[in-house]
Amino acid sequence: MTPENTILIAICLPLVGMLGIIIAGRFSANLRETVTLITALCLVYVVWSLLPELMAGGRPAVEVTQLLPGISIAFRVEPLGMLFSALASGLWIVNSIYSIGYMRGNKEKHQTRFYACFALALSATMGVAFAGNLFTLFLFYEILTLSTYPLVSHKGDANTVRSARVYLGVLLATSIGLFLPAIIWTYVIAGTGDFVLGGILPGKLQDPEVGLLLGLFVFGIGKAAVMPVHRWLPAAMVAPTPVSALLHAVAVVKAGVFSITKIITYIFGIEFLFDSSSSGWMFYIAAFTILAASIVALRQTNLKRMLAYSTIGQLSYVVMAAAILKPLAEVGAAIHMVAHAFGKITLFFAAGAIYVASKKTELYQLRGIGKRMPWTMTAFTIGALSMIGVPPTAGFVSKWYILAGAFQAQNTAALFTIIGSTALNAAYFLPIIYMAWFAKEESGGKDHGEAPFPAVLALTITAMLTLAFFIFNGPVIELESQVVQGLAP
Amino acid sequence: MDLIAHLPALQVIVPMLSAPIIVLLQPRGLAWAGATLAAVVSFAISIALAVAVLGGETQTYSMGGWAAPFGIALSVGGLSALVLLVVTGAAAIALLAARPSIDQQIELERQPMFYSAWLLGLAGLAGIVVSADAFNIFVFMEISSLASYVLIAGGPDRRALLAVFKYLIMGTIGATFYLIGVGLIYMMTGTLNLADMESRIGEVAQTRPVLVAAGFITIGLALKAAVFPLHVWLPNAYTQAPHMITVFLAACATKVSIYVLIRFDYMVFQPTMAEHDNQFALFLMPLALLGILVASAVAMFEGNIKRLLGTSSVAQIGYIMLGASFISLAGVEASVMHIFNHALAKGGLFLAVACIAFRYSDLRIQELGGVAKTMPFSCAALVLCGLSLIGVPGTAGFISKWLLITASLQSGPWGWVFVAVILVSSLMAVVYIWRIVESLYFGGSTNRDSVISEAPLQLLVITWIAALANLYFGFFPELPLALADNAADVLMGYGK
Repeated sequence: MTPENTILIAICLPLVGMLGIIIAGRFSANLRETVTLITALCLVYVVWSLLPELMAGGRPAVEVTQLLPGISIAFRVEPLGMLFSALASGLWIVNSIYSIGYMRGNKEKHQTRFYACFALALSATMGVAFAGNLFTLFLFYEILTLSTYPLVSHKGDANTVRSARVYLGVLLATSIGLFLPAIIWTYVIAGTGDFVLGGILPGKLQDPEVGLLLGLFVFGIGKAAVMPVHRWLPAAMVAPTPVSALLHAVAVVKAGVFSITKIITYIFGIEFLFDSSSSGWMFYIAAFTILAASIVALRQTNLKRMLAYSTIGQLSYVVMAAAILKPLAEVGAAIHMVAHAFGKITLFFAAGAIYVASKKTELYQLRGIGKRMPWTMTAFTIGALSMIGVPPTAGFVSKWYILAGAFQAQNTAALFTIIGSTALNAAYFLPIIYMAWFAKEESGGKDHGEAPFPAVLALTITAMLTLAFFIFNGPVIELESQVVQGLAP
Repeated sequence: MDLIAHLPALQVIVPMLSAPIIVLLQPRGLAWAGATLAAVVSFAISIALAVAVLGGETQTYSMGGWAAPFGIALSVGGLSALVLLVVTGAAAIALLAARPSIDQQIELERQPMFYSAWLLGLAGLAGIVVSADAFNIFVFMEISSLASYVLIAGGPDRRALLAVFKYLIMGTIGATFYLIGVGLIYMMTGTLNLADMESRIGEVAQTRPVLVAAGFITIGLALKAAVFPLHVWLPNAYTQAPHMITVFLAACATKVSIYVLIRFDYMVFQPTMAEHDNQFALFLMPLALLGILVASAVAMFEGNIKRLLGTSSVAQIGYIMLGASFISLAGVEASVMHIFNHALAKGGLFLAVACIAFRYSDLRIQELGGVAKTMPFSCAALVLCGLSLIGVPGTAGFISKWLLITASLQSGPWGWVFVAVILVSSLMAVVYIWRIVESLYFGGSTNRDSVISEAPLQLLVITWIAALANLYFGFFPELPLALADNAADVLMGYGK
């Protein structure tokens, strides 16, 4: 298996799995879930087998077909994409285990469609991660939007359909209205859209057009949920929780910030952007989003909506870190994708587990729930601490690197944003943790225990990962440092 | 002479001579089989022609061996080959799928006449494309128009008569304008052959009759092509026509008039008349932009699914005209590609609608709530073709949109305005396609009969072939792209 083939297998494997799921779904639910798990395991094996090559500095690439002269479907694995694909595929296994517990515990309908669309979304995620040029990125970006629409609208009632319309409307409108012209503009002035380290635009674009093109990209990639194009993310919370957990805390939203980071590093070039005078606004819009989203999260009463706003803030950490445009901050951006993924998927898993066990969705209902669901709430606590950035959790590592980058750039605004947002994160997470563990449960509630075993197993695994990443983060940092090798601090 | 050399003539003769034979095929099903066979053979001929043209040769033919400009000349280049593929392909696909739907909509004893008219329509459209002679274009235009009046009025709905009457009046005005223009040019140059006209018109280019002729021809053809605001006949005609006829006409009828409009102007007027290219651009560009925006906006509020898609066609014609009005290689290429890709998307959409209409007679969108539960395959095909119409990457529609936006960006200081118009209208396309999708998948499933099943297999299979073609040409657009390239080279090369 050459690395070139491995790339194509990684993209096609979930598609094969999807067909298997559809066929198996006609016979038995157990068989169908087995197919999902096997597909996820194979995918992890395939994706992770690329890792040694990447660590050694290899950049496997493959071109599939050329559509128009200069515009092709091509893949090229580089450290950012490797990290993203390894993360998404790895968490798919955990999420599939969780889905089994959640979907059965809730007696959801159309489960075959659910698992099939999930596999399709993973295939699109792999395509986004491995894309070798802007066109390929856009292709899989749109497939990801469309394949998650049936997942968001899963329930099918009027309210869900309305929210799903917001989801699709915002994501398609931004991608067609802003992202696409940005891509075509890039192709017209640079003659190519290939991801090249150091960028393809330096010397071909002047201020203030640099800032304009950057704006088309940043707001066109609606999946990154930079304000004001963030509305789709709270709307997407009508989806079943496994969807919110893997797609709207990891795959879809990370596809957004990943694309922005990749475009900054490989299309514009970090140094080119740092020297340009019209790109500074991106930092401030990201910083604003971090603070504004945290304040909005503070006022939420619904658990999943609060987590959604927390995600918006955390995503902008990545965008802001990338916008600091210094090597350590770029590494911090990549690490934060991982750190946030572990923490947030744990939080969503916990929210879903609470819903399955007790049908509770509002924050005020969580009083004293720690005694009934100790495993779930322990995991929740770890996830929340990681969001705040308390050691020994993953969130601390990435914040450390982003702060180090801020010092490199002597960017005090970044410093104060991070301090302010940490305080806000603590302000909305700590009361919940306190309430869950120490407040007295209101009488007359439903008598319940833990969620189904697969769900608890999944959230325990991700909570452990959140803790483990605090210590075992060396390979990730080593890999991502390759992106900024040779750049002046 | 080998067979290849005769193909341009056979392209017209096969469907034309089959038409009277079909009338005689009274036994059930035979008329359909005969017509389908003729259409498939025509399609095969146009594929052979396209392959020959891709070899780099423009195929010319002199009827009866009489050399042009005295005899009747036919010629097939890149542009004609592509339009021929669209026309005969649409006819073949629609006829292959047609039988169940036509059996439902047309009485058995009228069917042979109906299929015969269909073949005459095909012969007329193909004739327009292969003709290298301005007057023969008019003759074939009349043949195809008369046939399509019959076809549209042939359905069970009596409202079709009113729609067709409107179409007839407008179509006749358009054809007459064209004829007046051709007559004036004939008066000044003494020739009807297009190539001959090109070489002779230069001497009299600035005379009043020629200027008037250019106006008459452009407006007459724009009327036939349903260029905004001369489009009012189109949505009604498409809505009331039998479903399979809508598939055929929506995919190719207006495209042929656009073809004549582009070819006539680029070949005869632009190289010979000073400043004509600017006039042409300044006349068509605002109409194209308005058409794109207004028609898309109107489509967002249409109630009937066929009317909605028909109105959307007016916007798509706007895209084609916009590309043509750039007067650049990239613009013409985008325009020609969109002729092909829009035919794929809209043909597929109307096929899926025909599937749905086979089971549900009321095609108002709010009445189609929850249809996807009973007809999952038809609805999935509709979604796929709808995505192609929107221009989602990976579908055929994306290719032409990409080319059109690239051409816009290269067209000068106004480029960003065109890009904005194209994108805004794409977003409006998202809205009107998603109105249909939401109703089909999530709409109130009031009185949905569980007895109702999928459309007949014949209809469904062909619909899916069309839907998958949208994907195929989204990933592998070499063939239409090569033809469009050739067409753009030839059109922009006149007079140089």
